[in-house]
Amino acid sequence: MPVFGSFSLLLALALCGYTLLAGAFALRQLAIRARTRISPERLAETARRAGIASFFATSAAAFALVWAAFTNDFSVSYILHHSNRALPGPYKFAALWSGQEGSLLLWAWLLATYGFVLRLRHKVDVRLTAYASTILAGVQVFFLLLLNFAAPPFALVQGAAPADGFGLNPLLQYPEMVIHPPMLYLGYVGFTVPFAFALGALMMRYPGEKWIHITRRWTMVTWLFLTCGIFLGAHWAYSVLGWGGYWAWDPVENASLMPWLTGTAFLHSVMMQEKRGMMKNWNVWLIFSTFMLSILGTLLTRSGLVSSVHAFAQSSIGSWFYAFLFIVLVVCIFTFILQRDHLKSDHKIESLVSRESSFLFNNLIFLAACFTILWGTLFPVLSEYVQGSKVTVGAPWYNRIAVPIGLGLLALMGLGPLLAWRSSSLRSIRRNFVLPCIATITTAVALLAIGERPWQDQGPLYSFVAFSVAAGVITAISSEFLRGAHVLKVQTGRNIFAATLLLIQRNTRRYGGYIVHFGVVVIFIGLAGSAFNRSTEQEMDFRQSMQVGPYTLVCQDYTQDTNPNYDSEYALLDVYRNGKKVTQLAPEKRFYVASQQVSTMVANHSTLVWDLYVIYAGQNPDTNHPIIKVFLNPLVAWIWIGVVIVILGTLVALVPNLTTVLSPARARHRAKGSARPLVSEPATLRGGD
Amino acid sequence: MFPKRLRSTLHLALVMAVVAFGAHASDTANGARYQKLSHAIMCPCGCNQLLGECNHVGCPDSDKMRGQLAASIDHGDDDTAIFRAFQDEYGPTALAAPMFTRFNQFSWWVPPMVLLLGIGGVFFVVRRWRPRAVAMPIPASDPHRLVLEQRIRRETGGDSL
Repeated sequence: MPVFGSFSLLLALALCGYTLLAGAFALRQLAIRARTRISPERLAETARRAGIASFFATSAAAFALVWAAFTNDFSVSYILHHSNRALPGPYKFAALWSGQEGSLLLWAWLLATYGFVLRLRHKVDVRLTAYASTILAGVQVFFLLLLNFAAPPFALVQGAAPADGFGLNPLLQYPEMVIHPPMLYLGYVGFTVPFAFALGALMMRYPGEKWIHITRRWTMVTWLFLTCGIFLGAHWAYSVLGWGGYWAWDPVENASLMPWLTGTAFLHSVMMQEKRGMMKNWNVWLIFSTFMLSILGTLLTRSGLVSSVHAFAQSSIGSWFYAFLFIVLVVCIFTFILQRDHLKSDHKIESLVSRESSFLFNNLIFLAACFTILWGTLFPVLSEYVQGSKVTVGAPWYNRIAVPIGLGLLALMGLGPLLAWRSSSLRSIRRNFVLPCIATITTAVALLAIGERPWQDQGPLYSFVAFSVAAGVITAISSEFLRGAHVLKVQTGRNIFAATLLLIQRNTRRYGGYIVHFGVVVIFIGLAGSAFNRSTEQEMDFRQSMQVGPYTLVCQDYTQDTNPNYDSEYALLDVYRNGKKVTQLAPEKRFYVASQQVSTMVANHSTLVWDLYVIYAGQNPDTNHPIIKVFLNPLVAWIWIGVVIVILGTLVALVPNLTTVLSPARARHRAKGSARPLVSEPATLRGGD
Repeated sequence: MFPKRLRSTLHLALVMAVVAFGAHASDTANGARYQKLSHAIMCPCGCNQLLGECNHVGCPDSDKMRGQLAASIDHGDDDTAIFRAFQDEYGPTALAAPMFTRFNQFSWWVPPMVLLLGIGGVFFVVRRWRPRAVAMPIPASDPHRLVLEQRIRRETGGDSL
């Protein structure tokens, strides 16, 4: 199988190399309308088919590695270091992305999958897809070069194969780790598609905004994957790492957040281009930056440039990423300079108080947040260069600098949708803003009345602002729904709920977006609760109890257990509230045999108000009694609820509008008859000229 | 007014109450300060966690550092002195955020400056663009348009959709 895997990777490289070279040559011939013996259209078609075939070759390589894991083929060095015989099946599958070589293979495979779908759907616009396919092949070639020459996943161990492997990192032996990395990678890798379309559209001077329509769903789906990946990672950290939090501002976490921020900015500002033909330069650079930040994040963590708990050991592949990033940057700058006259805006901003301005500010805040995180992540490197010593830029720094920016974004999320396109009249501002302002002020007063003291410390201040502004934003979003539903209720005679549903169906993108905003507000409410986290630690004997907030924990038992994969120590704790037993928790400490590492299994009793988060911190060596650490974390459940709402909102926004579904012919007719001429879809490569 | 003995007793009780409250307040304040400072110092064992959150079994550093921190707080050292002591002993990476010294100040100033510059830039762009914008001509009296506008206002309760 290792030979089969290695051969598949070589074959994939050859196929992608052909897609890149033949595709680029054919597109060049088409651009200069050269006459050659082989028609450029046919050459481009062979390039497309080679690209499709590369998907099968890369899939075969990925399959070979998974097969090696399931068959305990410890002659493969990667399997030896990331699996063992006692490892449960799902985690053997997860071994594919638990190390550097495997995760690069996963990246290459996901890229090949995206490329496969893109090349199959080439009829949406043959020529633009040919450009995108060629650019995508360029990125594929880079990852396949890495896999074939710098980080080969099928490298064999020297001498006889050991009888058993070293096992999977215990922190990765958790159900969410089976889906978190693929989700994150689907997000990272997915941004290659809109990047390829944007660069391709710029190279071929693609007329109009159709490339944005083509890539909109790609971008949204990618954004959704990245969002899921980030929050699954946060949930994993909360459930496994056992320090009571979900976000530590670790460089790897930051690396995932940066492309998310620029990608979100792109999703917003691209609406300006669609609706008003504005911000074309900006959008092109946003998507370029998003792709480059995905690569930069990988570079940061794999080159050993910054230290992280997630980072793979320092390796030589950092220089490959430097080179690739440099090439991408040069290509982007070169193309932009050559074609920048193609990106002139159709309209200008007419008023500072308009939807357009709010998008500008929204983009500014997203980029400021992204810059802040990049600055914080790279400052230790800069400090070492300038001062000769590294410093740590950790949670206290980000809480002070990045959180206020986040709160600004929260406020803008409520303000933006209330402003009209082009210009908002004073009257409409007054009318739209009265209710949200009342809600904000009322919430602030209520918080003060129930005893919140924002002036005491930074945490309570941020949470006070977050709760108050969140109330205003929720009111603004609700009023948008109610206003639209009221119109439909009058028009159709339906009740308000049916009218709301119809409203969403008629403009899924707009109201799906509002649902996403609502989800983000709910996430902010959950995050704001962290200002009131409490924790306590106690050694506990049989029947001994400890009090945390309204809960009483009574130790019923503590014991040890063993199985082939790990030995464990755990305590059984009955949880009482108001004298009534509510649940039993079993915090656990595991010692994994193969990897000789210790891992914490958190026991969590989650409610909508707070999480009772219990950790088995260890044993007192003198008494052998367990030491139990308990956190009472308010409102954490709302973070995960908010994420679900965000997912639902994105799915709604992805669904076509009801009118388009019911009457596609009418929609087409309307599009043809619109004042702004749409570009006719070229049926062939020549047709796009 | 009060007998001398009663006055003395009340005085003593008052002094004791003040001392007891002060001690309790001091304990509470020290506890809060310990929590705050332990979340501003890193555990140097390589776990990349804050000292107050390090949960390793057998961590070689965190217990010792927590003891040092508690002792420094009890000793009455101010925050800067505590941070400097930890920095001197464990190196500059022991602090979870850079101090306001020399080059490290840039870490704090640059992001807000960039944001302010960005806001200024947006205002500049909008101001520069606005005069060039050409207003769309609106027909002076189009009865059909007026009826439509009135209907929109009636149904939406306002003047914009």
